[in-house]
Amino acid sequence: MPVKVQIPTPMRPHTDNLATVEVDATTVQGVLDALGSKYPGITPRLFDNGQLRRFVNLYLNDEDVRYLDNLATPVKDGDDLAIIPAVAGG
Amino acid sequence: MPSPFVRGLKCRLCGARYPVAAANSCAEDYGPLEVEYDYDAVGEALSREKIEARPFTMWRYQELLPLDDEPTVGLAVGGTPLIKADRLARELGVARLWLKNDAVNFPTLSFKDRVVSVALSKAKELGFTTVGCASTGNLGNSVAANAASAGLPAYILIPADLERAKILGTSVFGAKVVTVRGTYDEVNRLCQQVAEKYGWGLVNINLRPFYAEGSKTFGFEIAEQLGWRVPQHVVCPMAGGSLIGKIHKAFQELKTLGLVASAECKMYGAQAAGCSPISTAVKNGWEAHRPVRKPNTIAKSLAIGDPADGYFAAKLIRETGGWAEDVTDDEIRQAMYLLAKTEGVFAETAGGVTLAVTRKLIEQGRIPRDEEIVVAITGNGLKTQDAIADVVETPAQIAPSLEAFAAICDAPAAEPALV
Repeated sequence: MPVKVQIPTPMRPHTDNLATVEVDATTVQGVLDALGSKYPGITPRLFDNGQLRRFVNLYLNDEDVRYLDNLATPVKDGDDLAIIPAVAGG
Repeated sequence: MPSPFVRGLKCRLCGARYPVAAANSCAEDYGPLEVEYDYDAVGEALSREKIEARPFTMWRYQELLPLDDEPTVGLAVGGTPLIKADRLARELGVARLWLKNDAVNFPTLSFKDRVVSVALSKAKELGFTTVGCASTGNLGNSVAANAASAGLPAYILIPADLERAKILGTSVFGAKVVTVRGTYDEVNRLCQQVAEKYGWGLVNINLRPFYAEGSKTFGFEIAEQLGWRVPQHVVCPMAGGSLIGKIHKAFQELKTLGLVASAECKMYGAQAAGCSPISTAVKNGWEAHRPVRKPNTIAKSLAIGDPADGYFAAKLIRETGGWAEDVTDDEIRQAMYLLAKTEGVFAETAGGVTLAVTRKLIEQGRIPRDEEIVVAITGNGLKTQDAIADVVETPAQIAPSLEAFAAICDAPAAEPALV
């Protein structure tokens, strides 16, 4: 069972309007690479010169990956990776 | 009819333009979207005289707010006092100090009524029939109250450990309140997922570009109340980091329109030591903040560990020549008490943060003692009473007799006795 990636609305034009995409990978970086292989339009919108863009947040099973091991965080079958643009609060 | 003053939405990072819609992120780089105005058109429509002739609410600056039609929610919001705080100024050892006091904003006693009235008026224009927000308390109070008056059902998501007064002060308006076992950042993330799934108008999520514009009126009012000029220094609390930027944007817009001569103002950000991602970034010279996983402070309304506008707030502080500081819970309590005792203003914990940081910046020499300072008071102390309960004096309790009163009274009796 692969990793399920949740695609935010503004990114869906690049995933054939799919809200979730399944890929096989062993790390968060691997998930995003695999996603980019399937949908090449995604990669330049997630990364800028190899760096994850400032306003892109990633949540592995509802935990912000910055509190785990960032892009090197391992993933396993059945995990859920949500891509969510950063939005301030109140 | 579309507003003649609004051009559309624009990405704050790459400048990509979008039509007016319930959207908050750029499709290219996920940068936040901001409302773009046609300042030539606004300039033709607005003058000091026109503004001054209107009722003293936030809507007297309507051309600089992103509605297509007349506002329909929160018509009485804004128009709060700018208080010359001379007793507090003496206490701090400064010459000229003002408090912009949104602790008495209508209807829910915080600056959030400004953003919510814009967001819900816009929600109705865009056809939303259910609204909501993620909140650290004040926003929830305001969305619930203003949605009630507009007849809109509201869902409010908050961290489960909020102050009782803030939870009750949301539920009373009939909103569906959901307390989430987690930090504000987790609540906010969940709320974004809810926005995508249910298609509601969530004021701080998909209505954010419009919502955030309401904060500008805090700055417009400061400038107008000072006699159409901006102060030299503004100290502002920071949670998500949006308000400080919007106050400065307000000053710049007034300058662009020729309504003030200069917009030069140093902006200072205030945070609690238990949740200080932005002030830490400023003090260390970092371009971006590092998120705080578990905020721990009595200033719960400021307890946002991952402020999405932190990058912009830190940049603004650097560019205007301001600074940022953070203060302990004890300093926050003492400052709340000082503000109440010197000026008769009971601010919530965030006000304690802002005043304590102001004092610290003055003592550090960052804010000169002989220049004009405005301190932003954004919420009311009645909502965070527990935080200060241990600091204020416990009342004496006596029998109903003059003898008992005399025993506890420090003041000498008047002579001759008034009988």
